[in-house]
Amino acid sequence: MAKNVKVYSTPTCPYCIKAKQFLKDNNIEFENIDVATNPEKAQEMVDKSGQMGVPVLEIDGKIITGFDKDAIKESLGI
Amino acid sequence: MVYDLIIIGAGPAGITASVYAARKRINFLVISKDIGGQTAWSGDIENFTGYQFITGANLVSKFEEHMKKYKVPLKEEGVLELKKKGALISIKTNKDVYETKTAIVASGKHSKELGVPGEKEFKNKGVTYCATCDGPIFAGKDVAVIGGGNAGLDATLQLMKIAKHVHLINITPELTGDKIMQDKVEGAENVTILNDTRVTEVIGDKMVTGIKIKEKAKEKTLTLQGIFVEIGLMPNSDFAKELDKNEKGEIKINSSNETNVTGIFAAGDVTDIPAKQIIIAAGEGSKALLNAFSFLSRKK
Repeated sequence: MAKNVKVYSTPTCPYCIKAKQFLKDNNIEFENIDVATNPEKAQEMVDKSGQMGVPVLEIDGKIITGFDKDAIKESLGI
Repeated sequence: MVYDLIIIGAGPAGITASVYAARKRINFLVISKDIGGQTAWSGDIENFTGYQFITGANLVSKFEEHMKKYKVPLKEEGVLELKKKGALISIKTNKDVYETKTAIVASGKHSKELGVPGEKEFKNKGVTYCATCDGPIFAGKDVAVIGGGNAGLDATLQLMKIAKHVHLINITPELTGDKIMQDKVEGAENVTILNDTRVTEVIGDKMVTGIKIKEKAKEKTLTLQGIFVEIGLMPNSDFAKELDKNEKGEIKINSSNETNVTGIFAAGDVTDIPAKQIIIAAGEGSKALLNAFSFLSRKK
């Protein structure tokens, strides 16, 4: 079954762009959450990840901080 | 396998060198942890010939497309050591060891750290080195920008639009960035400029809660949630122990991009050339490759 994937990002951060591109390249559907325009979601990201850097990925509830390709692959099982 | 050439770094210098190398059809490799280098972190670029306006992220995508067109071989690894080994050059990474006849060091620069207590502990927990990336998370919060040069002013200009208040902390008696930016910052109601002031400590519990500063002899604590460090750059040259460097740690090169070690060339921001620009780094990358190529041709 497809996993529930969220990406907390800002439009200008290079690793957010890379993370999203990586998901697209692997045909993974995801919900992009732009924390630049949504302060509540920004706070949610900080609460979930315990830090203030983007991107943060949530894959079936698991939090991955930064564009950590190996961790993303492992969580997605690809 | 012994390569003809290994390029260390994939910013404008390394990528340009790689495109030229591919067109020369030599046996080469690029080793870099990332693509784009500092260009990826740049905001708006308006002085790269041919583009009246392009963002750093988009220019890097163009660079990547160019690399892909020429099927440039890339290893996403971090270089730990570069040294001469007999007639060859040995490059050790976090994953492997490579041997090559020539090398181009184009590893660029990284953000300088404050070196004060609390900085490492609260990295990404309020302390950040990229206003363009993380700035929006600090909307409505009190923040400090450290550094009164162009990078510090650029960060302040971005943050004063989103943060509640920006303390601009500058170690010199006056701001040093471009006058046009200084005027904008000085005119902003939510910016306080603190000249002659240094940071002594970052404080917090789970996240940053404040910063200790010292204005001449006067010590003070500011309550805030974000600290943007913009105090300049350091060359990524630690792995190149055998190369001559200047007092800033930049690799010394001559006008043909040669270092003091035969067969090792260098290009871009990691070198001691006086101006650091994307377009200059790209040009230097091309120059380094052409010189490495004629070096290889002479050896045959």
